[in-house]
Amino acid sequence: MEFSTFLWTTFAAFLTLCIFSFLYKDNPFYKFAEHLFVGLSAGYFAMILWHNGLIPKLMFERLDDGHPYFLYLDSTKPWYLIPAALGALMWTRFSQKYSWISRWPLAMYIGIGAGTAVPLEMRARVNQQLSAMMADINWASFFGHGNVNLLDPNSGLSQLIVFVGALCALIYFYFSKAHTGIIGGMAKLGIWILMIGFGASFGFTVMARVSLFINRMQFLDQQWIRGAHDAANPNYHWGYPVAFYVVVLGMLLYVFYELASHLSAKKKAKTGTAA
Amino acid sequence: MNIFDKMMSFDRRWVFLFLAVICVAAYVAGIRIPILAEPEVTSIFRFIDTLPKGSIVFVPMDYDPGSMAELHPMTYAIVEQCWRKEIKVLITALSQNGPGMVDQALRDIADSMKVPRTYNGVSYPAREVVNGVDYAFLGYKPYPAMVILGLGQDFRLPFPLDYYGTPLDSLPMMRGAHNYDDIACAINISGTNATDYWISYGQGRYGFKLAIGVTGVSTAQYYPFLGSGQIFGIMGGMLGAAQYEKLADNPGNATAAMPIQLAAHVVIIAFVIMGNVGYFMTRRQQKRQQAVGR
Repeated sequence: MEFSTFLWTTFAAFLTLCIFSFLYKDNPFYKFAEHLFVGLSAGYFAMILWHNGLIPKLMFERLDDGHPYFLYLDSTKPWYLIPAALGALMWTRFSQKYSWISRWPLAMYIGIGAGTAVPLEMRARVNQQLSAMMADINWASFFGHGNVNLLDPNSGLSQLIVFVGALCALIYFYFSKAHTGIIGGMAKLGIWILMIGFGASFGFTVMARVSLFINRMQFLDQQWIRGAHDAANPNYHWGYPVAFYVVVLGMLLYVFYELASHLSAKKKAKTGTAA
Repeated sequence: MNIFDKMMSFDRRWVFLFLAVICVAAYVAGIRIPILAEPEVTSIFRFIDTLPKGSIVFVPMDYDPGSMAELHPMTYAIVEQCWRKEIKVLITALSQNGPGMVDQALRDIADSMKVPRTYNGVSYPAREVVNGVDYAFLGYKPYPAMVILGLGQDFRLPFPLDYYGTPLDSLPMMRGAHNYDDIACAINISGTNATDYWISYGQGRYGFKLAIGVTGVSTAQYYPFLGSGQIFGIMGGMLGAAQYEKLADNPGNATAAMPIQLAAHVVIIAFVIMGNVGYFMTRRQQKRQQAVGR
């Protein structure tokens, strides 16, 4: 690792520690890292959109003379002017007088989006899911024939659980009849099914959050700490550990400052109570 | 204040500190735990493993650095498996903050290909991976739904140029590849709702074989699509990645993280039990006090 790369790694490690400091309480280091992240993401997104969306379609096409031209259009695709004009109309939102014009591109956008989404979403999320829920239950697997692996989604037990579970969960949301008798029992089972679903989601979410922490730990150890002490690196010199210990010392000083403030506030509160 | 009241008013910062200490201890200890691959992960591995040389696997990497902890290990394991088996990889990055990260990941994996390796008893020689021959990285375009529909007509429609500015027609790999009909399968690795689009607008509209690798947070919501056959495999979070690494015999960061996950989960379960005991005992005491008051 070159020294310049290591400095960026050190900066990334510093930002990681800044973000984790929020677990103790909100502080200026966290604020700095948060604002930097938001600003960088917005700037990066704007540039990615500019270079991947607008430039290839519309602008700054270079001609043979090597000069950039604003709004030079590929003559084979003049229809690109229509979405370009509609897009430009969105900027009228900044004018109180003409902001109504922005409804035209919005209407077009929503119309295209809804027209595309409705049939495809209906098919993928409703029809195919209903069809899977109502698949013939493989009763034979209950008697040891065919697919007897109960964890397999095509086994009879899985199919029965899916059918009964979906039915009961739907009945829980059916409010046109009082939840008493059979309906009440099915609704109760529906709640259990929903709770199991939420529990599975919660378990996965815990795993996801811990994963983020582990990844940062691996980064700090494998790239930052080992990078700072990697004497086998041909570019290694005194700057590596210095950069490392500057950040560590800075963080430790902040921790001591916070502890001192906390203890002094506690002491003051105690003295005040005693008085 | 009795012990149950203390349990209920426990400062959450102690939980964070305790969890951090346990995670660091498990990381330093370097213990290993067995990883069992589930059928939904195995189906993806087996499908790729049985593809003939020269097939094209489409890997849309729709995530950004925020999800790389869970999804990068999947990317590394799948892409290296494809390249070792001389399967071509077509890549997009439909998350706006992702293209630079994906480009870096491809370079890293290409570097690891320069070293001979043995996976599952099969020796693979070192080889140079060539952009345009072994893979094509198409980059980012806004509005994933429209891009996915456009790709179904012709890859060149939303992406006339690849990420590096080369026309798709001049890439040797893309000469016979026009749309989803020319790929063996798509494996969407996503940390956003782009997976929904791949299921509804991609697989739903064009019917190609689709598998997904998603973050832990969204894993549970995609299992119904596995049961209905709309996807043929699913890798959920870091666990899914570790299972894939195990199948590919290519242990990486996900495998190394599993013992830490185990330790962290034990701690969290202990705290959940502790909180619940505290809650129920406090409630019981309050009820008793109310009964005595009457």
